Amino acid sequence: MSINRILFWFTLAVLALTAPFMVYPVFLMKALCFALFAAAFNLLLGYAGLLSFGHAAFLGTAAYLTGYTVKDWGLTPELGILLGTVAAGALGFVFGALAIRRQGIYFAMITLALSQMIFFLAVQMPFTGGEDGLQAVPRGYLFGFIDLNDNLSMYYFVLTIFVLGVGLIYRTVHSPFGQVLTAIKENEPRAISLGYQVDRYKLLAFVLSAALAGLAGATKTLVLQLASLSDVHWHMSGEVVLMTLLGGMGTQAGPLVGAVLVVGLQNYLADLGSWVTIITGGIFVTCVLLFRRGIVGELRALWKRSF
Amino acid sequence: MDIFSIPSQVWFGQLLIGLINGAFYAVLSLGLALIFGLLNIINFAHGAQYMMGAFLAWIGLTYLGINYWVALVLVPIVVGITGVIIERTMLKHLYKMDHLYGLLLTFGLALVIEGLFRHFYGVSGQPYSIPDSLKGGTNLGFMFLPNYRAWVVVASLVVCFFTWYMIERTRIGAYLRAGTENPELCQAFGINVPLMITLAYGYGVALAAFAGVLAAPIFQVQPLMGSNLIIVVFAVVVIGGMGSIMGAIATGLALGIVEGLTKVIYPPASSTIIFMIMVVVLLIRPAGLFGREQ
Repeated sequence: MSINRILFWFTLAVLALTAPFMVYPVFLMKALCFALFAAAFNLLLGYAGLLSFGHAAFLGTAAYLTGYTVKDWGLTPELGILLGTVAAGALGFVFGALAIRRQGIYFAMITLALSQMIFFLAVQMPFTGGEDGLQAVPRGYLFGFIDLNDNLSMYYFVLTIFVLGVGLIYRTVHSPFGQVLTAIKENEPRAISLGYQVDRYKLLAFVLSAALAGLAGATKTLVLQLASLSDVHWHMSGEVVLMTLLGGMGTQAGPLVGAVLVVGLQNYLADLGSWVTIITGGIFVTCVLLFRRGIVGELRALWKRSF
Repeated sequence: MDIFSIPSQVWFGQLLIGLINGAFYAVLSLGLALIFGLLNIINFAHGAQYMMGAFLAWIGLTYLGINYWVALVLVPIVVGITGVIIERTMLKHLYKMDHLYGLLLTFGLALVIEGLFRHFYGVSGQPYSIPDSLKGGTNLGFMFLPNYRAWVVVASLVVCFFTWYMIERTRIGAYLRAGTENPELCQAFGINVPLMITLAYGYGVALAAFAGVLAAPIFQVQPLMGSNLIIVVFAVVVIGGMGSIMGAIATGLALGIVEGLTKVIYPPASSTIIFMIMVVVLLIRPAGLFGREQ
């Protein structure tokens, strides 16, 4: 590792650890959760070439399940999060197995339709609280003795989850498994003719992505102490696509940058109401037409050109 | 007469509602299939364009005094022209790229259109009254048939059939099918394929707007009316497959009816039944009922 790299990571670590003293911690935690969500989504879109338009289903299912079990069953936060993550992974297995039966554009439509089914279930099921959602979910005590109601402890807990989640994605992408995924994305028939069981790889990537999206959703519920219908709405599925597209799909840092920008944007523009939707849509159109590589992708290309 | 101890009036009433929803599914999935055939993109803005149709009809009636019948012709043309502009200025740059970009672009457009209407008109529904000539209803003996609802079904079917006839039985349709099959070769024979693509998109969008005008007196006219509908239409398209025009029409109608009947048998499932059918079709016949395996 070169000295520059060590310096870079050191600065990043110091920034991450001191950030809650400079910026409102709840905003930071929300941004971290959505960054993990976008990174999980990018594992599928950026590295396996699968556009899921239903990732809100995983985020939302985990959010509701964690919220419900922590609030009504009195589960500890770590168990609640684990349960949400596993449930999202299981749902990902079912959705993935169905959706990979079709390709390209159909894949996106199937995932969207399936997640809409989850949305209707969330509207109708008694335990989700309907329009109100699950409110005042207690953060509780981590491992029984760390009080998460303290924003600072909660922040370091969320930061740990984030680092572990993103670390897992990084390892996956740079593993032989990740290489096969990229091969499938680049040229599926070739990957098949090389003897890879393409569907299995796709399904595993889908389950992993869904579980990590669930992890993000479960953590988010504890941070905001709320699980609501907007977590399972298709707008949320669109948002994660936007984060990834804006930041740069297929790059490690892109989704994280995109997530922070989108969450920040929503925070500052919250008073403008429907303008948020218009601006979001406008960013979509601009990204697709003008810079498809996203912010990180464009910066990287600029860097390469100038040196 | 009762069937499963539910009065037959209820059955026929829901059957009619199902038929109307089915007619909308048919017109919308037909437009999607047409656009997909030539442009290879899924038009996510289809729901927003349907909403635009309903809204422009309402705006026309409220502010300009344009009556229903004029709106029925004028609004699809206007919305179709906006579609042509979208295609010429934005979509045409995306054809050589992964077609996921088309989906993302039209998704963004849908958000912009919906957001704009929400900004100016709010989210509450606007009432649009049924034209005088179609008010009232006919008593068929076994049920009461509101005239307007009958008209919606008939008008949708006529438009669907007209579109099918144009594509399958006329020279323009033959060009269109050739362009879908092999654009390069078709162009080499001297057919202006880019123009055809533009017109196909404009026509598909106009179909959505037409459905919107038809829907205006039935549903509340509001900015979000299209987005929930379009997701169901996506499921319809996955079930039917986009390979066949008649397939799209038949699937749309049939699923509307199934949905209506579900409302009688087990109401809570009526919002998800189409998605469940989609799951079953994916398990049994992954390419869709009328689809071809690639």
